[in-house]
Amino acid sequence: MTAVYRMPSLGADMEAGTLIEWVKRPGERLAKGDVIAVVETQKGAIEVEVFHDAVMGRPLVQVGETVPVGTPMAELEIEGAPPKTGAAQTGEAAPEPRETAQAATAERPPATESRAERAASGESRHRASPAARREAERRGLALDDLKGTGPDGAIVLRDVSPAAGKAERGATAAEGPAPRRGLDLAAMREAIAAAMARSKREIPHYYLSQTVDLTPAGDWLARRNAELPPEQRVLMGVLFIKAVALTLRDFPELNGFDRGGRFEPAAGIHVGSATAVRGGGLVAPAIHDADQLSLDALMDRLRDLVARVRAGTLRSSELSDPSITVSSLGERGVDRLYGIIYPPQVAIVGFGTPRPRPWVLDDQVVPRTLVTATLSADHRHSDGHRGALFLAQVGQRLQEPETL
Amino acid sequence: MTPTETTREQLRDAALEELINVAPDLAEETIPPNADLRETLDLDSMDLVNWIAALHRRLGVDIPELDYPRLRTLDATADYLAARLGG
Repeated sequence: MTAVYRMPSLGADMEAGTLIEWVKRPGERLAKGDVIAVVETQKGAIEVEVFHDAVMGRPLVQVGETVPVGTPMAELEIEGAPPKTGAAQTGEAAPEPRETAQAATAERPPATESRAERAASGESRHRASPAARREAERRGLALDDLKGTGPDGAIVLRDVSPAAGKAERGATAAEGPAPRRGLDLAAMREAIAAAMARSKREIPHYYLSQTVDLTPAGDWLARRNAELPPEQRVLMGVLFIKAVALTLRDFPELNGFDRGGRFEPAAGIHVGSATAVRGGGLVAPAIHDADQLSLDALMDRLRDLVARVRAGTLRSSELSDPSITVSSLGERGVDRLYGIIYPPQVAIVGFGTPRPRPWVLDDQVVPRTLVTATLSADHRHSDGHRGALFLAQVGQRLQEPETL
Repeated sequence: MTPTETTREQLRDAALEELINVAPDLAEETIPPNADLRETLDLDSMDLVNWIAALHRRLGVDIPELDYPRLRTLDATADYLAARLGG
């Protein structure tokens, strides 16, 4: 049967995406979770994945074209019985030349999206994609001065932005992988602004904080790491994520999504790890099923995610799936942070800087390493009482690091 | 140029090269040898551990966790590595 692959939503703040590259050609097999295309969003170039086993069909969107979330991008043949996915997964070691895909996209029907957009806005005699308009405005270029190379001479992103044009040329070249655009920090700023403004407008946050004695976890981790080569050492931030993930098993009301005022629990515990982008910006890609991963596996996943944040190559499921966010500003010296929930999530956990402080233990004031854990949660879906129990359990788990 | 200076410079270059490998977004920055890597370059703890692991792989130098704070700048790192290598 024929289905369509649609532009996925990679977060509440995403309205549209620009196709940078088809990773699959018509006729190629895709297993669930395979990357079908690279799409440029405000969070950088994202590898988007399919949700079912399928065979790639006719592309419906051209490289360089910007389309709204939900727009059909390609036809997919879904077979009744699962195809030989093993062969599909192993058979793609060598990158295929892309002429075929290019030929197919050249034959596609005119860009109905940009036409609809133009009709809706009714403001311009120029045919131009929304991304091209926005980029032209940002660069202070007049559409009159630009030559359109899109369908029927429409002005598309590559006509405005040299960087996007370069990416496209790379994608259509027969040899080698396409060069990826780095992160557009201005666009990312806009996305953060939209999401955070919506969060503060719509979500009634409550905030809790708790001081946790981190001495046992710190000592345990130092002993463990001392015996290991650098590449196998684990960061304290990984213990934080694991403690939160395990605790969420008992607090499903903090792990999920607000859907129009109703709570939808998440299928798994997918912890978004807030990662600062140098130059300004923030993403919180998901570590899937964090509660089921060992500390070593979690560290590897986190290492990989940070590397791909730096390189600007995240996957769609990592952006759309987080069911809660954990933010550690621990290295920047702040005592605590009260996070703003990233919609449609319903909670964010923060950890401040672990520091030596006076602490009362067995009626004695002693120096201990302390950290302040905080919870910001959506009061529509949970109450402070449960939130307090949650934070207490996170703190308790950190007293027994060997159980993490 | 004395052999020691050569070694120190080579170590500093190696440290810089590995730094760019783990933080490719810094490739176009000018990184002064005495710049504080955390403060000036905004390296986070994951960048630092990846960098230290890369130095360990490349040079075979063990760098205990307690010594991480000593790798504050490229110059300091070159000095530290030279000492660890028995220079």
